[in-house]
Amino acid sequence: MVSARDAVAAVVDPEIRVVTIDELGILRAVEQDPATGRVTVTITPTYTGCPAMDVIREDIRAALHAAGYPDAEVATVYAPAWSTDWVSDSGRAKLAEAGIAPPGPADRSSGPVALRLTVRCPLCGSVDTEQVSRFGSTACKALWRCRACREPFDQMKAL
Amino acid sequence: MTASVEHLLGLGDDALVAAQRLGEWAAAAPEMEEDVALANIALDQLGAARLLLSYAGELEGAGRDEDTLAYLRDDRQYRNCLLVELPNGDFGVTMAKLLFLSAYQLPLYTALAGCADERLAAIADKARKESAYHLDHSSLWTVRLGDGTEESHRRMQAAVDQIWPYTHELFAADQDAPVDPATLRPAFLSTVDAVLTEATLVRPADGWAPAGGRTGVHSEHLSYLLAEMQVLHRAHPGARW
Repeated sequence: MVSARDAVAAVVDPEIRVVTIDELGILRAVEQDPATGRVTVTITPTYTGCPAMDVIREDIRAALHAAGYPDAEVATVYAPAWSTDWVSDSGRAKLAEAGIAPPGPADRSSGPVALRLTVRCPLCGSVDTEQVSRFGSTACKALWRCRACREPFDQMKAL
Repeated sequence: MTASVEHLLGLGDDALVAAQRLGEWAAAAPEMEEDVALANIALDQLGAARLLLSYAGELEGAGRDEDTLAYLRDDRQYRNCLLVELPNGDFGVTMAKLLFLSAYQLPLYTALAGCADERLAAIADKARKESAYHLDHSSLWTVRLGDGTEESHRRMQAAVDQIWPYTHELFAADQDAPVDPATLRPAFLSTVDAVLTEATLVRPADGWAPAGGRTGVHSEHLSYLLAEMQVLHRAHPGARW
């Protein structure tokens, strides 16, 4: 039997389907009550308004049900706040493979958004890129364009 | 010390009404990237509003959830500042509103992230990271328009002049609040002054200071906004997707 932790860790992000919620750092804890068998999963959102959260909760419950854990509860926590620094190395590699530039280190200051060094094009590897918009196809991404291969690409922005 | 229900409603309503206004730009912004940007910022504000209103409802203990608070209160029961309910105007007015709002929300959420109310602190710590992006976006546009063409400069200055009086309400002293808004004005002014200077714009003199939002006395614009936002929920009570 698959452990509850493994079953939940394999759930993929509904908006970026190449990475799991574990690799994104959204999954905070999986605990099972030894007496009742009830599984409690704790997750945290990337952005407060992330519209994928409801789907993620449903997918977690479905994955646990399929793995033999029908009694499951999904709790959401906001502290400590999610950071792109929690995206795992395997998650970063998968993002890059899917054409999404992985995030750089998060800015720890509380001031304005810092000027960022350039982002490497995940498609051709060139560093001759420019930011088109700080807001992209989902809350967690910015839109970039490569001047070398002319392709637009998403970048997960540091948070 | 936990925050008061009234105070949480003020924070949540600011975010909710700002989200609804920004959402009006979807498919109507000057370029597609801007559609996406403003919709993203609206989504951030909506996310914060949902957390704040849910908390306010639980603290009140009268069985009102986020939906009840958002969809079934009338304008006199809303506690948002007047600034967020003002019409979008032209793009310059929208950017002036967003600049002033985010230059207020960033130090506000940063201070609240360290307050004694743990739940509010967690929400604020999350929201402050998003506010930094909102401030960044509106600052870039303010500079681009202010220090742009003669026409864009004229319109950006007019926008700043029009919206400035409504910023005073944001900093009305409230010693019972977890963070007294009056203490945030120096940080706000230093941020805004730097942006306006770079944009070759002039900060208007302080004078007329309309207020009333925090006690439910709003401009007529809020009623129209709420009518549009609430019509579906009120027409079909309890409907679900």
